[in-house]
Amino acid sequence: MEYLIQVLNGIQYGLLLFLLASGLTLIFGIMGVINLAHGAFYMVGAYLAYWLAKMTGSLWLALPLGVVIALAIGVLLESALIRRLYQRDHLYQVLLTFGLILIFEELRSILFGNDVHGVPIPPALNFSIPLTETLSYPVYRLFISGVCLVIAAALYFVIQKTRIGMMVRAGNSNREMAQVLGVNIPLIYTLVFAFGVALAAFAGMIAAPVSSVFPGMGNQILIICFVVVVIGGIGSIHGAMIAALLIGIADTLGKVLLPEYSGVAVYLLMAAILIWRPQGLFQAT
Amino acid sequence: MQPIPKITGLFLFLGLATLALFPFAGSTFYIQLLTKIMIMAIFAMSLDLIVGYTGLVSLGHSAFFGFAGYVLALSAPRFDTVSLWWTLPACLAATGILAVAIGALVLRTSGIYFIMVTLAFAQMLYYLFHDTKLGGGSDGIYLNARPSLAIGAFNPVDLGNKVHFYYVVLALMVAVYFLLRRVLASPFGRVLAGIKANESRVRALGFQVFNYKLGAFVLAGVLGGLAGYLSACQFGFVNPEILSWHYSGVVLMMLILGGMGRLYGAVIGAFAFVLVQEFFSYQDIFGEYAKRWQLAMGSFIVLVVLLLPQGLADLLERVGGKPAREPRDG
Repeated sequence: MEYLIQVLNGIQYGLLLFLLASGLTLIFGIMGVINLAHGAFYMVGAYLAYWLAKMTGSLWLALPLGVVIALAIGVLLESALIRRLYQRDHLYQVLLTFGLILIFEELRSILFGNDVHGVPIPPALNFSIPLTETLSYPVYRLFISGVCLVIAAALYFVIQKTRIGMMVRAGNSNREMAQVLGVNIPLIYTLVFAFGVALAAFAGMIAAPVSSVFPGMGNQILIICFVVVVIGGIGSIHGAMIAALLIGIADTLGKVLLPEYSGVAVYLLMAAILIWRPQGLFQAT
Repeated sequence: MQPIPKITGLFLFLGLATLALFPFAGSTFYIQLLTKIMIMAIFAMSLDLIVGYTGLVSLGHSAFFGFAGYVLALSAPRFDTVSLWWTLPACLAATGILAVAIGALVLRTSGIYFIMVTLAFAQMLYYLFHDTKLGGGSDGIYLNARPSLAIGAFNPVDLGNKVHFYYVVLALMVAVYFLLRRVLASPFGRVLAGIKANESRVRALGFQVFNYKLGAFVLAGVLGGLAGYLSACQFGFVNPEILSWHYSGVVLMMLILGGMGRLYGAVIGAFAFVLVQEFFSYQDIFGEYAKRWQLAMGSFIVLVVLLLPQGLADLLERVGGKPAREPRDG
């Protein structure tokens, strides 16, 4: 029963990683931009949840407001900065987005200070399901998993079945050709980037009540997200899903079984997979 | 190796002269700061060999820097001095073996995957030293006495002395610079340049590309280890932070900031990065805002990327009237 809880936690963590990694892999795969600031957007989301929930008194109001703000930040950043990097070497993308991390961290420190904050779990979900006499599982964690699954399904639907998704995929496989055929690539790129930022921020918002809100939270999760993206295969959404679950469960179980080596385990897994399949588990679709 | 433009050469010579004379005028604080910067310059030059000249972007270079520091700290007895004459070769050899092992695996991948696997290996080391008791956990290890250069009773240089140590690091920085210039001008270095320009063509010419890349990776690792050894000597302390990805990121930033593929660009980048950081955190100028140096530093980096695509070294060349190089877009 204890392992069931750990596996559930692992799945929940994995699904959360998927929300982050899907945005990262889209930006990576479609736009060819390495976005180190993706973790910073996760942090921005968590702090937005903290601030908006305090202002409005409810996480349910904070979530949509936060997503709108995150989308606006995404559009702004893409049109002001990221747009200039498409034709440049990866190194400059790394450098610029590293600069963005510093800026976001400092703005966070100016606006919210350096304390750890908590975000209350909404009362409607603040209870646990008893599993045995002594063990129970918090409903809010199940809620996170459920929301992530819904978003994953929606993402799949949008990309595979809708016209806009078709344009995104066209831009992914051949930018010039898609543009010649009349797809507004700059607009698609702006949308993809803003959407990726919103996904990361949303992940931060729903995770905030569980993980609490603290400085540097973005950097911690960023590297793991890159691991997920690379294991899954750059640009592949379903690869990201499988890799995220793999990493989530490996990390959670690793912490229980071999606490001293759990940090190593994730990277060992990544190195092993990449040496076995240098292009990741799945090729981008 | 491209010849250094005259104006840059003059600037570098003046810079070197200033560094050589600095301890006669500067305070201890700045002597230590410059020592730290010169160590970072060695570190950045070693990275330039693979990133700037071979085209292998590594985001895990701190693995070698930190590993060498840890080997020194773990091999030094608790309260006794240890001789530099065996610890330095031992640390460099250990780092070299690590670089062969990591390089043989990571060089199977390329491009963005190479960036990520190098990162993965550095992270493995980070967590190994952070989570286990092997190297004192997250607290790290103190190095109570500096390695000594004594040969019998003859002890000309005391690494515990700030000024002595400063000159040792300065000499090593210059030595590494000329060593790498030599390497890059050799047939080996020409093949590396060829790999960067067009790997398949070099392979078609019959070169064992993998071996050349591995050679470059190991040499870069060993020189990165030298920087790590010196850093551990300077601070008398190692902790897992010197293995973290943040550190690999910072040294890459220095390299890009200064300008890749020039060696002296790495040196300029190290100086510019740390000095700008110090400048923005200088309270007499920025007062209360000095605590917010990260904001200024971040904006500075963003502006450099947007306005100086080829790094600071290129700015220097342009001042000298040389037309800007073609941007290396890709």
